[in-house]
Amino acid sequence: MKILTGNDLKSGAVVWWDGSDWSLHIEDAVDVGDNAESIMAREESARRVNVPYALAATLTDGVPRPDHIKDRIRALGPTVRPDLTLKPADPEVGNWVI
Amino acid sequence: MYQYDQYDQAMVDARVAEFRDQAQRRLEGKLSEDQFKPLRLMNGLYLQLHAYMLRVAIPYGTLNSTQMHALADIADKYDRGYGHFTTRQNIQYNWIKLEDAGDILADLAKVEMHAIQTSGNCIRNISSDHFAGAAQDELVDPRPYAELLRQWSSFHPEFMYLPRKFKIAVIASGTDRAAMKLHDIGIQIVKNDAGEIGASFFVGGGMGRTPMIAPNIRDFVPLDQLITYAEACLRVYNRYGRRDNKYKARIKILVHELGAEEYTRQVEEEFAHLLEQGIEPPLAELERIKTYFTDPAFEDGPKTVDRSDPDFALWVDRNTHRHKHDSYVSAVISLKPVGGIPGDATAEQMHLMADLAKEYSFDEMRVMHTQNVVLPHVKIADLHALWAKLDAADLGTPNLDQIGDIIACPGLDYCSLANARSIPLAQKISERFAANGKQDKLGELKLKISGCINACGHHHAGHIGILGVDKKGVENYQLSLGGSEAEDTALGKITGRGFDEAGVIDAVDTVTDVYLQHKQGEERFLDTYNRIGMAPFKEALYD
Repeated sequence: MKILTGNDLKSGAVVWWDGSDWSLHIEDAVDVGDNAESIMAREESARRVNVPYALAATLTDGVPRPDHIKDRIRALGPTVRPDLTLKPADPEVGNWVI
Repeated sequence: MYQYDQYDQAMVDARVAEFRDQAQRRLEGKLSEDQFKPLRLMNGLYLQLHAYMLRVAIPYGTLNSTQMHALADIADKYDRGYGHFTTRQNIQYNWIKLEDAGDILADLAKVEMHAIQTSGNCIRNISSDHFAGAAQDELVDPRPYAELLRQWSSFHPEFMYLPRKFKIAVIASGTDRAAMKLHDIGIQIVKNDAGEIGASFFVGGGMGRTPMIAPNIRDFVPLDQLITYAEACLRVYNRYGRRDNKYKARIKILVHELGAEEYTRQVEEEFAHLLEQGIEPPLAELERIKTYFTDPAFEDGPKTVDRSDPDFALWVDRNTHRHKHDSYVSAVISLKPVGGIPGDATAEQMHLMADLAKEYSFDEMRVMHTQNVVLPHVKIADLHALWAKLDAADLGTPNLDQIGDIIACPGLDYCSLANARSIPLAQKISERFAANGKQDKLGELKLKISGCINACGHHHAGHIGILGVDKKGVENYQLSLGGSEAEDTALGKITGRGFDEAGVIDAVDTVTDVYLQHKQGEERFLDTYNRIGMAPFKEALYD
């Protein structure tokens, strides 16, 4: 599947396109198919998100899992600071990245 | 230390107001990211993997307790309670919001700090010897010269759009503690045969994807021509440095392609022209700056410590440095606890370091390019009390220049340019060598890790260097041996094929075994490597 990501203009936080808006959670990311370019152009011109780009992901246990480790780290947070990730209470969360 | 005059403060305050307006226009949608990006980068604001990152300049690594308290407050108020001290004596915050950027810069300006020229193709923060003004072996304090260069390079209208970023380091000792020859310009303050102080210029060094050691292009520039000569070096680069390919745009490529002799000829020609223009600031300005760097009121006192506590004695042996006054030492606060993140300090730790600087070190600190912090002037009589407080705050790890004192860039955990993670490797290596007791046998061994070819972790210059690469989407690590960023500057050589994360940690273990097997007398790892060469290490790693 192909999903869209970028950084929120105000906070810089990593966000994912959920079909109608940007979400902090990759679980909300949707397959954009062939519409990536048009969505990115529209959203960037709306000045809500920085440097959006499309990436390949694989649906794994119902959650899109980016194919590249860099995007998995973007989705979760720094692997060396689990307390600063989006799932600080999940002891297994690092396995999802690696 | 230097204090802003009305011009410094006015410039920084004006920049805060300007950037606040630029950020607001971006937030209101009046500027596109393409329009805004160069503006934010000029103010040290990057967009990294997880958020905006702000890099704050610490000129030549020197700061006082008021400034360190302010840095801690920023970490608490605007970030997530910590900061990261970098390999160029700066500090970075990883979780900045654009809407807070103006307020942060205003808070910095109140304590004579800023983030100007910490990014972009301009002259960056001037770095220096972290023991400057304290070291027993220095000719003079190099910081007044670094400050003069800072003033010259700040907002220099001709050098705000160079072909590529530009880094200058200044030292004044035969011992290089600033990786001087691996900078675009390295300046060593020297004394000539006539007993005059001047500057020796090394130009065209750097790390990155094409590492180069800077050749010496002029062994003595009189002090009243220092800025003019630097201007000539920059002018030739600005005129002929490549702008068509960012990977070939650094001055090291120009010097390499022209040849040091031809580059020097052009610099000397430009220098002769500039001398006629009278651009050099009067020496009185240098003398004015020097008044800010006079010695504090040192007092005589005990010259030895009570070594009955072995933990304290070990810390003294490893983490203190000889001072020019024999009743004092420079004490290194390690930001490399076993298993910790190199260079990270919590806001609480920053406040403590500031308090300790005030109490024990004439209100001065230095950030090291090796990502530690120095209290430059500590009475030997106060060392035990200082150590006890550091130790209680996990800041007393006795590992300066040991294998656990690893330089590591933020790597793929934070950096959008990285190909592989650096920090987890550093953590695991420091844990392994602490647990197996091997660190104590190895002596000086400088291990440096970069998460990409940009080499922010100085891997080329590590006695042992590790470079993270992306191998078809999987992290892989190249090992190199024999580098140095000291006065014996050398570039490491790659051992061979790379390793996965576990494999490279084992490889480091293997390499150190080879060293211990072949070590003669008091040889350091680097000495043994230079004597026996790569072959025994390769054999142990790959056969």
